[in-house]
Amino acid sequence: MTTHSNSPSDYRDGTNVAAVVSPGTAPVPKSHTDGLVHTAASTAPRWITVWLPLGCLLLLALFPLIAPLFDLGFYVSFVRRVLIYALAASSLNFILGYGGMVALGHAAFFGAGAYVVAMLSAQGQSQALVVWPVAMLVAGALALLIGAISLRTRGVYFIMITLAFAQMVFYLFISLRQYGGEDGINLSAPSTLPNLNLSNDTQFYYLVLGIVAASLWLMHCMVNSRFGRALQGIRENETRMQALGYPVLQIKLVAFVFAGALAGLAGALLANHNLFVSPSLMHWTASANLIIMVIVGGIGLRFGGVVGAAVMLLLEEFLRLYTEYWHLPMGVLLLVIVLFAPRGVAGVFLRRST
Amino acid sequence: MSGTLIAEQLLNGLQFGLMLFLIAAGLTLVFGILDILNVAHGSLYMAGAYVAAQTMQVTGSFVAAVLMAAVITGLVGLVLELVLVRKLVVRDHLAQVLGTFAVILIANDVVKMIWGPAPVMMNMPASLAGPVSLSPDFLYPAYRLLIIAVGLAVALGLYLFVTRTRAGVLVRAGASNRQMATLMGVRVPLLFMGVFVLGAVLAALAGALLGPITAIQAGMGEQILILVLVCIVIGGIGSMRGAFVGALLVGFVDTAGRAFLPTLLKLFFSPAVASSVGPTLAAISIYILMAVVLVFRPAGLFPARG
Repeated sequence: MTTHSNSPSDYRDGTNVAAVVSPGTAPVPKSHTDGLVHTAASTAPRWITVWLPLGCLLLLALFPLIAPLFDLGFYVSFVRRVLIYALAASSLNFILGYGGMVALGHAAFFGAGAYVVAMLSAQGQSQALVVWPVAMLVAGALALLIGAISLRTRGVYFIMITLAFAQMVFYLFISLRQYGGEDGINLSAPSTLPNLNLSNDTQFYYLVLGIVAASLWLMHCMVNSRFGRALQGIRENETRMQALGYPVLQIKLVAFVFAGALAGLAGALLANHNLFVSPSLMHWTASANLIIMVIVGGIGLRFGGVVGAAVMLLLEEFLRLYTEYWHLPMGVLLLVIVLFAPRGVAGVFLRRST
Repeated sequence: MSGTLIAEQLLNGLQFGLMLFLIAAGLTLVFGILDILNVAHGSLYMAGAYVAAQTMQVTGSFVAAVLMAAVITGLVGLVLELVLVRKLVVRDHLAQVLGTFAVILIANDVVKMIWGPAPVMMNMPASLAGPVSLSPDFLYPAYRLLIIAVGLAVALGLYLFVTRTRAGVLVRAGASNRQMATLMGVRVPLLFMGVFVLGAVLAALAGALLGPITAIQAGMGEQILILVLVCIVIGGIGSMRGAFVGALLVGFVDTAGRAFLPTLLKLFFSPAVASSVGPTLAAISIYILMAVVLVFRPAGLFPARG
């Protein structure tokens, strides 16, 4: 990047963006995720970046076959829920970890996707090939609307505005009395797919696994694409990327909508998993929980959302065995992570291994 | 729609707005001076309400309940500042939101452990339980008038404190330029502590005053926190005047929306449409207000920092 051209088409691979974002060449303003974002994932050994995830995928694929042997059949459904939350958290990680956008309203898109499934099902439309894309479209359109207004703001304003808009969506669904209002609404049956029966736990499990794996792979490709590099450049130094001629607002908005649509897909899956949706899905504490998953798993790490969802849901399941006051130890754990391990569980793991 | 109904709703809006202001004042001060987004501010409000209800039940004195709520919650705020907030000051906003969100999780479980999961009721002072006749055909609850009076008094007191006292000058200096204030020799740690405890006391006051007319339960803090955030976003984060204007705007718009929107819509649409759209529109009216303000003034009505 010696010519300092203003055209974004000028850069062809990640290397010159690395020059853009390299530290020390200019004073970098305080970003809103500084210290938390782990940028050196590529330095991790190959067995962590390639073989460990593939091994996990294999284990997950075998799980429904092995589980009954160990009397763990009940956990097939649990793992499916973890996978769905992993997708939601990963979509948040995409804008939070790679885009530096601290959005505290992600559950609105998640919940909107779930509600689309429930509402269309109440209208008699339950064909998954129709309903799920519509769920993604609605969640994406919602993200476009919210993002277009809130991305004009910076820093703590952005946090508060995404939060407020998500609450607005929350109250919107509470006031829909014909769809259950505050109590939520049951689905009479899961979505239908040709040649697949989603009432069958195992078939639905494999479908979720396939969708989540494909979505994660798509996000991985996005992160490493020219678009993803530009997004990470914006995270590191928005002013400089603007000065270099990148359409900063558009890039952020596209990422925001993409993440919103994926969260909508996760919501559609969750509606089928629970056969029930309620506005509590999109309460702002649900958005905070998604952020916690990302932080616990490791913000800006490829599998941060997955690790976080798994750790948090397992912990919740485990703590519930012992006490009804499981939020308290969860809160203490969160404090410990925020104060002492800002790079999350995966971050600690990576630091030790390198 | 009669004049008394409108007058009653205006007073309700004023009462709600003033209580929002008590909470918003603390939150906006803490943000303006410590540069911390404290989502646990609602938990301090909740703590105030629970302590007041407990004291009221034990002593039967409303004054004692309010004082006790202020003192205990002030102490809780002090501990919170010393243990956590102090460490979060140097961190980014994300860490602050998460750190204070952890406090919410802990606080909600602690009050459930002490007072149980069911809502707690707080008795109104008997002398204020009845209505007052403001004009021959207009009765208004005496207790709500007390809330309005106290709210106005506290707002005036805060105004005098910020504009006329030495501590107020330091607070303003800290809010407008923290670094410069530090360089001018303001003892920042002490200022931080004082501001945080003041915010906690104000929130507790609101909790104690609203106690008799709301359900006191775990999670009440998160509900009101969002409204308060809307107030200070509208007003301009860090600005006391903005918090006041924003809180009153939200109070009036929310109250008026719930009271009048369904009726107003009936003038223009069929009753079926009005009765289904009305409540929805009323519920989200303040968020629409916020969005409109932000489109024209992205930093709020009274930006604290130039």
